[in-house]
Amino acid sequence: MSNSLVKIRDVHFSWDGRRDIYSGVDLDIPEGKVTAIMGPSGTGKTTMLRLIGGQLKPTQGSVEVAGQEIPKLNRKALYLARRRMGMLFQSGALLTDLSTFENIAFPIREHYDFSETMIRDIVLMKLELVGLRGARDLMPSELSGGMKRRVALARAIVLDPVLMMYDEPFTGLDPVTLGTIVTLIKELNNALGLTSVIVSHDIGETFSIADHVCILSEGKIVAAGSPEELKNSDSAFVQQFVNGHPDGPMPFHYPADDYAEDLLKGHKS
Amino acid sequence: MSGLINFLQRLGAFIIDGMAGLGRSVTFLISVLMGFKDVLLRPRLLIREIYSVGVLSLLIIFFSAIFVGMVVSLLGYTILVDFGGEESLGLLVALTLVRELAPVLGALLFSGRAGSAVTAEIGLMKATEQLASMEMMAVDPIRRIVAPRFFAGLISLPILTIIFMAVGVYSGYLVGSEWKGVDAGSFWSQIQNKVEFRHDIINGIIKSIVFAFVVTWIAVYQGYHAMPTSEGVSKATTNSVVYSALAILGLDFVLTAMMFAS
Ligand SMILES: Nc1ncnc2c1ncn2[C@@H]1O[C@H](COP(=O)(O)OP(=O)(O)OP(=O)(O)O)[C@@H](O)[C@H]1O
Ligand SMILES: [Mg+2]
Repeated sequence: MSNSLVKIRDVHFSWDGRRDIYSGVDLDIPEGKVTAIMGPSGTGKTTMLRLIGGQLKPTQGSVEVAGQEIPKLNRKALYLARRRMGMLFQSGALLTDLSTFENIAFPIREHYDFSETMIRDIVLMKLELVGLRGARDLMPSELSGGMKRRVALARAIVLDPVLMMYDEPFTGLDPVTLGTIVTLIKELNNALGLTSVIVSHDIGETFSIADHVCILSEGKIVAAGSPEELKNSDSAFVQQFVNGHPDGPMPFHYPADDYAEDLLKGHKS
Repeated sequence: MSGLINFLQRLGAFIIDGMAGLGRSVTFLISVLMGFKDVLLRPRLLIREIYSVGVLSLLIIFFSAIFVGMVVSLLGYTILVDFGGEESLGLLVALTLVRELAPVLGALLFSGRAGSAVTAEIGLMKATEQLASMEMMAVDPIRRIVAPRFFAGLISLPILTIIFMAVGVYSGYLVGSEWKGVDAGSFWSQIQNKVEFRHDIINGIIKSIVFAFVVTWIAVYQGYHAMPTSEGVSKATTNSVVYSALAILGLDFVLTAMMFAS
């Protein structure tokens, strides 16, 4: 296997200081490949991307990106490191007071002193990639959910990052757009030599483009390997997840008291 | 006994929470102040915020000042005329406005008009992950979003207060002289003789600078630390106005005691 761009070792994290959502995660993201992080809803996939981006600090353990220990960086170094990362947010997170065009131009204007013509060229190129060149003057409130996601994608790649993180890039897209986005992610990865991390539930699409898949559940990486290896895995958990069976070892419920007991409680008093 | 322990525990938790909140808001303030250089380097951002925070507050400040000036003048006249002292009307109007009403009412109006808007805007940007996405684009939201709004408020309120003073005194003059027939010459000459530039006007402006600092600090802090939900943003906006009002009135007493009591 090639070098790892991101090395996560024994990471613990807790939102409230009580419930640990990770109990020692080890994760490697190989350079130049597409890695998928999958897992049941609420296991902390989005949180993992935020740890990599330095927006959250682990309570314990190390998060290393391109040889830099992210939680230990000072503000300036962290912001420098982030210039080489792109993140597609689950919600898109476009700046609502700027037009589509200006949203994509925003990171360029903030970091470089390019001429207007140059900015225009770059922005239109990125918009063309996601098929929204014609929507450049629309405000985010005038875009549909799927269109927002595509604009956000164009914005995330505008600074030509080394590491791209996609949080649920496939949800809410029509089949044609979905196909385009899947191809786009793959092509960006191959043509620009990016390293990509995809967080998704979509087994079909994800397995079709990922080189490496990690399944995160109950605070641990429970399985990792190529899509082929996972499909042929004999672990009951992996089989359940990949085939989407309702019954099996994978937890569907948020941790809770016993169901019958909980119902009875209401009748006692 | 257990009641006492319970009480002590609650008191302890309250004090610890309060201290932690104070610490957080001071560290936040420091990081906002560190953004001063970025604001200087990009005056366009600052000017845009001065427009939305300051210029757009002009109208409410202007009309409030007219009415307040008229009321003070009218009430003052009815009292003074009993003692035959109506030529001191100018002095009374000017001193009440400059020392007290312009800084205090200006700050209260400003917090309702601009502070609440700043809180809601920053809070919503947080709730919709716009601030988080900026961070990931390597743009520090404290420097790009919060600092320009903070400094815009700091600059705008003192200027609005000076406008309040001028408009208020003039509308007081109109009521006094045009309606009640107070002699215009004595109205202005009393002001000229008795209102000291350094003592009265400067102190009024100092008050407004202190209020501007506190009101915008509260506004940006509440917005930036709002719970990222619609309820959280609405609570933060309410808090912003309520805390600002309490801080303004409390500080006003302290400042007045320091400046004018002796
Ligand atoms: N801001 C927050 N404050 C407190 N707890 C949070 C916060 N965000 C997430 N959590 C908790 O952290 C856990 C992981 O959340 P996360 O958003 O990372 O899940 P996810 O794997 O991305 O889920 P999904 O697939 O549904 O997007 C959840 O149990 C959630 O309750
Ligand atoms: Mg998520």
